[in-house]
Order: sequence, then C-alpha cells, then structure tokens
Amino acid sequence: MNYADKFTNVTVLGAAGKMGSGILLLTAMEMTDLSLKPENRGKQFVINAVDVSSDALLGLMGYVRAQVLKAAEKKVVILRELYKERSDLIENGEIIGQYIDDVMLRIRPTLNLDTAFDSTLIFEAIKEDPKLKVQILSYINKNSKTIPWFFTNTSSIPIGELDADAGLGGKILGVHFYNPPAVQRLVEIIKGENTLDDLVNFAVMYSKNLRKVVVPSNDFAGFIGNGHFMRDALYGIREAEKLAEKRTLAHGIYMVNKITQDWLIRPMGIFQLIDYVGIDVCQYIMSVMDPYLPDEELHSELLDEMVTKQGISGGQNSDGSQKDGFLKYEKNRPVAVFDVKMKQYVPFSDIENECDDALGQPPASVKPWKSVIGEADKEDYFTRFFNEMKQTGSYGAELAMNYSNRSKEIGKKLVADGVAQNQEDVNAVLLTGFYHAYGPINNYLD
Amino acid sequence: MKLRRKVYMTAGYNTVSLGTGRMEFHPKKERPGIEHYIREAGQGTLSRIGGSKNVDESVIGNFMASRFNKQANLAAFIPYIDDGLLYKPAIRVEGACGTGGLSLVSGIRSVLAETAEVVLSLGVEVQNSVKAIYGADILAGAGWFRERKNGHAYFFPGQFSNRAGAYFEKFGREKTRRAFARWYRNAIENARLCPTAQEYHNTCRDLEALAMTEPNPKAFVDHLNVYDCSKVSDGASAIAIVSEEGLERIGIAKKDAVEIVCFAQIEGDITKQPADPTVLDTTKRVVEAAIQSAGISIHDLATIETHDCFTIAGILATEAIGFAKHGEGPDFVLEGNTARDGMIPFNTTGGLIGWGHPTGATGVHQAVTIWEQMTGCAGDAQIKITGEKPYGLTVNMGGDDKTLVAIIYKKS
Repeated sequence: MNYADKFTNVTVLGAAGKMGSGILLLTAMEMTDLSLKPENRGKQFVINAVDVSSDALLGLMGYVRAQVLKAAEKKVVILRELYKERSDLIENGEIIGQYIDDVMLRIRPTLNLDTAFDSTLIFEAIKEDPKLKVQILSYINKNSKTIPWFFTNTSSIPIGELDADAGLGGKILGVHFYNPPAVQRLVEIIKGENTLDDLVNFAVMYSKNLRKVVVPSNDFAGFIGNGHFMRDALYGIREAEKLAEKRTLAHGIYMVNKITQDWLIRPMGIFQLIDYVGIDVCQYIMSVMDPYLPDEELHSELLDEMVTKQGISGGQNSDGSQKDGFLKYEKNRPVAVFDVKMKQYVPFSDIENECDDALGQPPASVKPWKSVIGEADKEDYFTRFFNEMKQTGSYGAELAMNYSNRSKEIGKKLVADGVAQNQEDVNAVLLTGFYHAYGPINNYLD
Repeated sequence: MKLRRKVYMTAGYNTVSLGTGRMEFHPKKERPGIEHYIREAGQGTLSRIGGSKNVDESVIGNFMASRFNKQANLAAFIPYIDDGLLYKPAIRVEGACGTGGLSLVSGIRSVLAETAEVVLSLGVEVQNSVKAIYGADILAGAGWFRERKNGHAYFFPGQFSNRAGAYFEKFGREKTRRAFARWYRNAIENARLCPTAQEYHNTCRDLEALAMTEPNPKAFVDHLNVYDCSKVSDGASAIAIVSEEGLERIGIAKKDAVEIVCFAQIEGDITKQPADPTVLDTTKRVVEAAIQSAGISIHDLATIETHDCFTIAGILATEAIGFAKHGEGPDFVLEGNTARDGMIPFNTTGGLIGWGHPTGATGVHQAVTIWEQMTGCAGDAQIKITGEKPYGLTVNMGGDDKTLVAIIYKKS
C-alpha cells in the first residue's frame, strides 16, 4: 500500500480536544493536498473526527475552518500550483476558498466510535489514561474491517505496554505532537519493542510532509520531552521549597520562576510553564510515569496541594487565555504568586523588591529571550553570557548555574538511560518543542 | 513643443503614507477610510490657495477603491472636501499605478483648454483594507485579467521578478542584486528625511545587507525579496494646477510654483508581453517624447521622481531615461549617481520603495515632491537646485510599463 492509500479512511479519536483538533487539522490538510495530485484523482480521502462531546465537535469544525484559512493564506503559492488545472479558480481568494471547502468536505464529525472500524489509520489523542486507551484501541482492533495502524499521541505511556495490553501485534507507534500541533514543529516518534517498521517509515514521511522536526525517542515513560520537563519542573519545585525555608513559598516560587525565565533566558519561567501545561496535567503525567521509574520518585506534594486542596489547576480557558495557577495572570501576564499558607495571591509588587535584592544583578549582557531567540549567532552570545555569570558571584547566579547544571544532568541521563539516542536529540526537543534558546546539554558552564 | 499657455503647479500636500513601517500603523486597529484621505489632502492644498472658492474644477485619481474599499463614484467625494466644491465639475480618472499622472494630465488639459484656471488634482488609495495576499489579486487588475491565472500568487512582484530574472541572465545576477540593494538603501535614506514617508521610522543600520537577503521562491517570487518591492500604502496627495491668471487668483507668487514645461502620456498594449523584458520600452518612449517636446537634454535635469514599484523598475528606468546604456543601469546606480548627493538625485523623498505607493496617489505625490524641491520647501529632504539645471522630471507608470505619464517641470 503506498503512502497516499493509507489515508483512504482515517480516524482521529479525541478529535475535539486540544491535541486531537490540531492532529485532525494537519492530517485533513495533508489528505487534501494528496487528493489534489493528478495521480490520486478519483481516490477517496475521508477523516472521521470522533469525540464524546457533540458541542465540542461543533466548535471543532469552526476551529478547523479558521485554521485552514490561515494555513491556506500562507501556502497560496503552492495552492496555485495544486489548482492549476482549475480554469475557474483564478484569484488567490477563489483558490483559498476552494481549498477550505475541499478540506472541510473531507471531515466527518461523529460521536460514534464504531466509525473507526473502517479506518486504516487511527490517531489516538484521548485522555492520558492507560486503561482507557487500552480499552478503546483493543475494541477498534478487534472489530476493524481492515488492518488498522494506531498512532498514539501519548506523552508518557510506554508504547510497548499499550501494544501488549491492547493486543495490537506491533501495529502501534507513538507519534507525539507538541501543543499546539498546528504551530509546534516538533514530533517525537516512539517505537515500541514490537512496532512494525512500516509504521515508523510512514510516520516519518507523514511528519516531514507536515514540515515537522522528527526526533526519535526510545520507549521509556515520558520519552524525551516529558522525561526532561517533569524532572526539570520537580527540581524547580524543590528549589522553591528550599528557598521557602528562609522566606515564604510565594517568595521561593517567584525567585525560581524569575531565575528560570530571566537568568536562564527561557521563554517563560518554570512555574509559568507548569501553569501553561496545567498543574493537574503535570501531576497526572508524573503519576503515569512514576510506576515505570523504580529508581526515582516522580511526585510532588505541592502539585497535589494545589490541585486537590486548593482547586487550582492552571491550563487555558476556552478562548486560549491563561488560567491562574501558581501565578495569577492579567492579560496573560503573571502579576501575582499564590501563597499556599494564606490561600491567596500575593501581588508581585509586594515581594519583588525583596526577592530581586536577594538575587542580585544578572550578568550585564542579559537580554530577554525574545531578543535572543532570533539571533543568528546564539552560541557566541551564550558563551559570553554564561562566562559573565560565572564571575557575577550573586545569589541569583548561583541558583541559575545550579539549575542549568541540573537541567544538563537530566538531559545526559536521558541519553545514558537509553531514552534518547544522543545528546543532539535531547537538545532538539528542548529547542524545538519548548522553544529554548539553547539546549540543556552544553558546555557553557564548564 | 511649447504649451499653448503657461501652466503651473503649486500648493502640494501629502498625507502620511500609512502602512507597515510606520510606528502608528496597527493592522488590527481601525484606520482612516478613503474619505478621510481625500479630505485631508484636498484641504491641505485648498488651505494654501485661498480656499475652495478659487477652484474651478477637480480631478481625483484612484485605482481600485471599488475593490479595496467597496467604493466607487469617487468624484462625488470632492464636495466632501469642502462645501465650496459643491456643484462644481469633478471627474475621476484611473490608469492603475499611473493614475496620479493621469490626474495631473487631466488637470493640465483643463487649464490648456481654458475650461479652468485653477484645478484641484488629487490622487488617493487605501490598500491596507485587505491582507496582502488578497491585495495581490486586486493589484493584478493593473494587468490583463486573462493572464492572472498563470501569474504568480503575488502577480506584479511576479511580473517584475520575471524582468529581474531576464536581466540577471543577460547582464549578471550578483552586480544587479547589489544595485537593487543600493537602490533600496538610497530610498530609505531619503525616506528618513521626509516625515510623511512610510519608511521614515526605519532605523535599520545596514540597509544594503538587509536588502541582499536571498529571495525565497517558496514563499514569494523567484528573483526579488520584499525589500525589492514598494510598500502597500494608504495615502493621498493633492496639488493645484493653475494658469498664470489662476496663480494671481490664488495669490501665489511664481517663485512658489513650478512651471510645467510639457507632458507626454502614452499607452502600451496591455494584452502584449514586453518584447524584451530587460527594457521598459513604453517608459523610454514617453521620456523621449517629453524631453524632445521640452527641447532640453536629460543632463539639464536636476532631479527625477521615477516609478520604482520594484528596484528592478528603478534600475531599468535609469536606462530607459537614457542615463545608462542597456545593461549598465546597475553600474550607474552603484557609482552613486542616483543618490541624493549624486549626479542626478532620484526619488529624493524615498520614491515608491521608501515613501510608499498608495497606487492612485503616487503620480501626484511625485509632482508634490518636485514642487517641494523646486520651490525650496522640501525640509530636511531638500536638495540643491541650481540655475544650471532648473528642470525636474516625473515618470509615473501604470501596470507593467503600459500607462505612462512623463512631465517636465521648471523652477520658476
């Protein structure tokens, strides 16, 4: 079966979710682009958008239409070529309009899981619950009228476990997109022990057609992305808790967040990142990964406290705006930090002077991440920057260097443990998936 | 050939050329509509000529308000400028990017025909009403619609990219691209001296390095980058076209006006491709006609406003006008001849690339710049105009070298 034929009938499970909607969008466009090639004329390309919520499916169609418009406007040069035989489509506006129609016509929203029985390719983007995934995948596999391939978007569950428990006979591959799939360039591909090679070859071609950066990860819980992020987050939490021994936890969270954003020049501080992903999501991912890690404990009581006792979970509102978590947000910018003891948010203005004085001055050449990320010669900049940091002698520099070294250790351990094939892959994930300006495995502080 | 009576232009006015590059431009915020620009430019000129009571006729140039702004019947906006223009004659003219030149020519003809002593000539375009990808469709109307299908997504950049590609093949890519970059640098350095210019706020340190960015055929056209292209602009310009009697009526001295020596206006065939894409043939003919009619040589010109819709158009114009031989335009530009301190300053307020290109207004803007230079009111952008070279030239082009207007001006 050739590449295009695999897309004859596709299903996305959890299509209306954050990740599922992006996967549906990208796949529907890829299928439409294939359908417009002369050699595929007359072939059927159908994609079933399966979800449990009827309302969410309605919202999904609106989302997809808006995103296809954006994508079509960016790739109109290509679209003019694809539609060149259509003499009735002359202006860019007409071609873009036709492309949107062609993509939308392909999508069949449904609440009915059984629709997947006809699909040769199934993307699974449902809740990160191993038992639920196994139940659904095995149900489809047993009733399928064809030989389905399963691409799971799990970010933490070993593929081999899903394969064995669902009885899929190697017809499952981890294809882990980053949030949001429409924008994020990174895809981690995770092969289980028995995964058939054909799935890997296909997935690589598919990802490259979507212009994604493909990084292979070995089949260990959390893979590279969450393997680094969860441990990095735990370190940040523990550092904040240590700082709280002399001040308050609110002070500690503020200082660690500031260090990781401004002193390590990341797109956002570690606590803001936890809020962005969702405190409950981080808690859940850790709980999924932890049973597979006998030599370490991937758990934080502080996360439990926030989610279970305080009912604060971060994440996003339906309009994409940031919900309050460890930090409070106004127009998506953090303005306060949660004080667990007082059970309320403390404005930055109440604590920032004291915290900033304690941290001291950052290196003179410090720049915001926004300024650095677009620079051509970042290596040169960071070499100078971290050299300065080594000489700064401030408390903030000490915290930042410790954090950087720990981040590097986590990265190197992912390679040593066989999760990542090499250091470059670890760095690629953090650079591409987390928008870091430099990889965690580097020599800047040597 | 002398004009049958003396004609002058005076009291020019430009609005800001608004679009990307200007600090006050926000694509998602509401911006002034076309009527605002018509009124501002019109009032700008009227305020300097004693008011609307002195105006006999008006002409308004606009390319595609019917698509950009869903608005036609633009002559009916003339009374909106000032109540004193109510029930006076007004027409609208169109010639793609050569529209402004046609507005000027129409005004000149009215004065020559003695149907008017004072004509208010305007040009206006508001193009940021649509995204660039859809604007490209609208602007493609300057070409033959039957060719749109096979044209690039960005139709006119595609047309001039083809010219650039042909020029690269014939005369070499590297030097030509460096000349493009130099043209861009000259344009921006001039724009930085003109507060209404779209690139007035440009602070880039190494303009030539930026302009040497390699073209990206996947996202844009094969042989040009975005710095090779004129801006997408909202703006309007206005100027009064007057007889000697008209000058007296409006109370303006000859030294504050510029004399129109002659004009030439010709059309190429829109259905035909250029015989040689490395030559702006119609431009060459219109300039020859104007220079001959004026009885001068191009070396009597102090300054030129040429239609640099793309850097390649600027380079080709130096050859079409006759300053450089065919294939030597890049050398001419790289030697500094067209810079503001060069032998023949081109586009002293930035031209289409630096000042901006509100398509229907550009031709009038060119005349305003010449008037400013010739009467010593160009502010920081002022160049020296001596008695030895008292002439100026504007070349306004519509479509791909199809609608051409050349006007020769003389310092009074």
